[in-house]
Amino acid sequence: MGAVAPTNAILLAAILFGLGLAGVLIRRNLIFMLMSIEIMLNATGLAFVAGGARWAQPDGQIMFLLVLTLAAAEISVGLALILLLQTRRPTLDSDVGNRLKG
Amino acid sequence: MMLPALIIVPLIAALVACLGGRSRADWPRWVTIGALLVDAVILAALSSPVPTAGLAPGWLAHFDAPWIPQLGIAVRLDMDGLSLLLLWLTLVLTLASVVISWREVKEHVGFFHVCLLATTAGIIGVFLATDLFLFFFFWEIMLVPMYFLVAIWGHERRVHAAIKFFLFTQGSGLLMLLAIFALAFVHRQAAGEFTFDYFRLLNTPMSQGTGMLLMLGFFVAFAVKLPVVPFHSWLPDTHTQAPTAGSVLLAGILLKTGAYGLIRFTIPLFPDAASRFTPVALALGVIGILYGAVLAIGQTDMKRLVAYSSVSHLGFVLLGIFAWNTLALQGAVIQMIAHGISTGALFILVGAVQDRLHTRDLRKLGGLWHGAPRFSGVFLFFAIASLGLPGLGNFVGEFLTLLGTWRVSPPAAILGAVGLVMAAVYALLLVARALLGPANPQAVMGELSGRHRVTMAVMIVAIVALGVYPQPVIDMAAPSLRHLGPVTAAAPLIHMATSQDLPR
Amino acid sequence: MQQLLALVPALPLLAAVLLMLSSTSINTNGVRILGVGSVGIAALLACRIAFAQTGAGWAVQPFDVTLWHWMRIGSFAPDVTLHLDGLSMVMMLVITVIGFLIHLYASAYLDDDPGYARFFACMNLFVAAMLVLVLANDLLLLYVGWEGVGLCSYLLIGFWYDDPANGRAARKAFIVTRVGDTALISGLFLLATMFGTLSIPALMQHATTSWPMGTAMPTLAAFLLLGGALGKSAQLPLQTWLVDAMAGPTPVSALIHAATMVTAGVYLIARTHVLFALAPDALLATGLIGGATLLLSGASALVQTDIKRVLAYSTISQIGYMFLALGVGAWDAAIFHLVTHAFFKALLFLAAGAVILRMHHEQDITRMGGLRTAMPGIFLAFVIGSASLAALPLVTAGFYSKEAILGGAWDAGASGRLLWCAGVIGAFLTAIYIFRLLFVVFFGEQHHHPHGVTGWRIGVPLAVLAVLAIIGGALQTPALLGGIAIMPGILGGVFGTAREGALAVLPLVVASLVPLVGIGLAWRWWGAGLTSRFETRFTDLLRDGWDFDLAYDRMIVQPLMWLVRVNHHDVIDSVYEGLGALAKRAHAGLSLSENGRVRWYAGWLAAGSVAALAIAVLS
Repeated sequence: MGAVAPTNAILLAAILFGLGLAGVLIRRNLIFMLMSIEIMLNATGLAFVAGGARWAQPDGQIMFLLVLTLAAAEISVGLALILLLQTRRPTLDSDVGNRLKG
Repeated sequence: MMLPALIIVPLIAALVACLGGRSRADWPRWVTIGALLVDAVILAALSSPVPTAGLAPGWLAHFDAPWIPQLGIAVRLDMDGLSLLLLWLTLVLTLASVVISWREVKEHVGFFHVCLLATTAGIIGVFLATDLFLFFFFWEIMLVPMYFLVAIWGHERRVHAAIKFFLFTQGSGLLMLLAIFALAFVHRQAAGEFTFDYFRLLNTPMSQGTGMLLMLGFFVAFAVKLPVVPFHSWLPDTHTQAPTAGSVLLAGILLKTGAYGLIRFTIPLFPDAASRFTPVALALGVIGILYGAVLAIGQTDMKRLVAYSSVSHLGFVLLGIFAWNTLALQGAVIQMIAHGISTGALFILVGAVQDRLHTRDLRKLGGLWHGAPRFSGVFLFFAIASLGLPGLGNFVGEFLTLLGTWRVSPPAAILGAVGLVMAAVYALLLVARALLGPANPQAVMGELSGRHRVTMAVMIVAIVALGVYPQPVIDMAAPSLRHLGPVTAAAPLIHMATSQDLPR
Repeated sequence: MQQLLALVPALPLLAAVLLMLSSTSINTNGVRILGVGSVGIAALLACRIAFAQTGAGWAVQPFDVTLWHWMRIGSFAPDVTLHLDGLSMVMMLVITVIGFLIHLYASAYLDDDPGYARFFACMNLFVAAMLVLVLANDLLLLYVGWEGVGLCSYLLIGFWYDDPANGRAARKAFIVTRVGDTALISGLFLLATMFGTLSIPALMQHATTSWPMGTAMPTLAAFLLLGGALGKSAQLPLQTWLVDAMAGPTPVSALIHAATMVTAGVYLIARTHVLFALAPDALLATGLIGGATLLLSGASALVQTDIKRVLAYSTISQIGYMFLALGVGAWDAAIFHLVTHAFFKALLFLAAGAVILRMHHEQDITRMGGLRTAMPGIFLAFVIGSASLAALPLVTAGFYSKEAILGGAWDAGASGRLLWCAGVIGAFLTAIYIFRLLFVVFFGEQHHHPHGVTGWRIGVPLAVLAVLAIIGGALQTPALLGGIAIMPGILGGVFGTAREGALAVLPLVVASLVPLVGIGLAWRWWGAGLTSRFETRFTDLLRDGWDFDLAYDRMIVQPLMWLVRVNHHDVIDSVYEGLGALAKRAHAGLSLSENGRVRWYAGWLAAGSVAALAIAVLS
């Protein structure tokens, strides 16, 4: 298995990030938005790993572990919030949730 | 210890009034009157000049206590004739405003008097402080309670007016604060000590540009208060919306703090910059006189009309201060006092109309004379005082001011005199629209109450006395004005006249 | 005796204050006693003082009474000092004596008026202020009286305040005169700045010693004082207020707008004649203005149909004579005419008032006529007054004073001759308009019947003034006619000995005949009542007083009111309010972005990050 060129890995990460961002902006369903955020987080993780490999440093993988933990925490809080919202209003549309608007 | 007592007594009384005001409505009123009378007694004791050792000539009393010694800030209070005059004016007008709001203010009586007393304390402090930092402290102290007076007991658009008042005065006050700090730093550079002591900051050497900038910082703060066109526009709104007592305090005293600041701080601290600024200041004074008068002519709201007439009258004060001679300065001082009394009285009378008829709109009024001849006579008297009838206080002020101005700039004096014609127009229009005309069933008001009558009688006597024998006031203010600017006593200019005429 | 001088103005002042304080509670008799009595006592005192001070050859011993020091600022120290000399004595007597007669008359004229006490308070205040004006030794004190009489004039013109028109007339009077006062007070500034004092004797002395004749300074000062005099005395171009001032009660018109206040300008110039003598240009202007005024308003008087307006225009015209006299330096002639004019014009006004009263407050002469038989006493008084005004030769006071003026003008060089012509034409007009009035009101057929009778309080003043209007001429007669010189004797101490003009018979004869011709023409045209044979556009112009009002309205009032209207909401304030509005607008705009939509925020977040990165990378 040949080494992936770092530029390609970064490119992939950027594409993934872009897809995730597009998902967040376009989808209105909160579940899908959470999933898109996961994609963005993983994209950054990929970028870290690629960077670590390029300079042969452990930091990239440490950062990836951190991102994974963050993503897990975030998804659990997010899902809990969504569940709560779900009990108040039977919808998953994020735009309906702007009643906190100042 | 007398000077701090002047400030502390109203503050303690404010506390007492606040605590007692919940149960009995008249309690705060009596407490306030009591405190003011105590102040008056103290002031009377100070008024008889006892030669005290260690005072510079012209100064009547001094008090000194450390506050923040590291920064050269101290509680320094000094009183001279000018302060004394204005303190008397303050006490008399505050007393008047307590008495005349007896019936008008029915809600939050306690807090009302707290605000009144706190404002008074701030004003007294302003007239006494000779530490610039302390001065600024009192300058701000008097604003906040005034804000509440307008915002709580005012008329229809009170909040708007109160915020406008606050923004104008606060904004300009910050400029002054910057200038005060800058002055202290400039002084440290020059003299090596960091101090806010007024007497040590006098004669601080500084470059022309710095001097002009700092002078403008002070000038703008005082010009907003005075008010000088184009910084006047808070005044009509605030006066119009304030309760009667607030209007009286504002017109009678708060505006005078601006003039006092110019005389006490701006000119002595920055004589060079101020003298270079003279042409602009004279022009602003004349513009104020004429612009205020033109606006006053057009108003249909009585309070607004009187407010714009204040702008016009205080133009004379600015003119007098920047004419740089004793005559004009004396005129400005007399004008300050006379305006305080006559405009204060007009606001009280307009307030009485508003209180009884619930309108200040001249289009709905008219024919008041039918139902209330005494009230109308008094109203007419003060309207006429305000248009500068000779024999009354305002005339003496305006005449001396313009006479002094004539030396500096005859055109300015002539334009000022044109302002007197316009004063006749707006004052007589006010009289005609409010008092004269056929009886108006919508506008029938009874005579003044006993409290109002006594107040008015005192003010009438005061303004007549000021008109026919102003000498006590002149003597009192003279030492304070003597050291201002180039000394130009009223020396005849015959030499000039002959040298101009003979060669031809 | 000299100390009592202060009481002369003080008594009416005291009465005025008492009347003001008690105006709602005092009864009619109390008002009469206070109001009329105070002026009566003042008149007695004035006569007593005058008697004591007049010595041999009618020379007056001048003296000063300093009441208190007004103010002292450096060397500027105006005092409240009363000064009595021949000039102020004459004025004082005129004011108190005629004032008393008119007060007496008014106490009947205004019976049953609800403002009885207010009226007498103002009248007494007026007498006090006028006395201060003429007795003041200091120009600043004079100015106090000057504005004080203006105030009283305002209050009394607008006495019947129910009608807004009266209020307008009163305002107009006050404001127009105040325009003149601006000039006067500027003159005071100039004099005080130059000499450091406003005491009249000191000023006059300084002026003669330090100002050469005809230089810029005295000319400027004299012109400024003249401006004040023009306003007060209703001369061109500030004459418009006086005719409207007739809105006031008739006694007011008699006292203030005929006998005393409007002549204050004449008094001022006579008082400062030393200064005017140093300024030939100002003097010439005074004479020319006087001449022009007497002709223009004399012509206007020809076509008026309101009895009081005729008399008002006549007053303006007669004061024009006085200014003419001042302009040619005939100071004593001006004062002499002032005195006789006070007699006969007060008489005419009071007689007119009596007519008006008995005609149910009708002032339109076209509705009068044939009143000769119904009120013979008033008719007689009116005839005497008219004859004196028209300067009927030999038998009337007006003849002698007008002769003195015309004689003075004749002697005063080329410009004097021109002014003499104006004066003679004016005399011709005077005779025509006043006898037109007389014939229309008292001759012809009767339209409306008068009611009531004329009481003694109206009759006595009329009788006294009628006598004065005839024998007043005996104060000063030309050398040809006896050469009595009471007036020159009294005024000699002020103006210096009158110069003896060359005895010119021709002008005397011409000026005597002109009024007779005028009366004859008036009889021919209006002997049988009013006819409207002269109605043209020109007479309309005359009736409106040469449209000065219209011109001032267009030139001054309208532009000012336009400015007032346009700037009603204060342009400067709208800048600040605009700033406030801008802040509010910005708030509204920015709070749109805070819409609570998560995706919207995320989008901005992304866009912002991209932009920040782009800036960081590309720059």
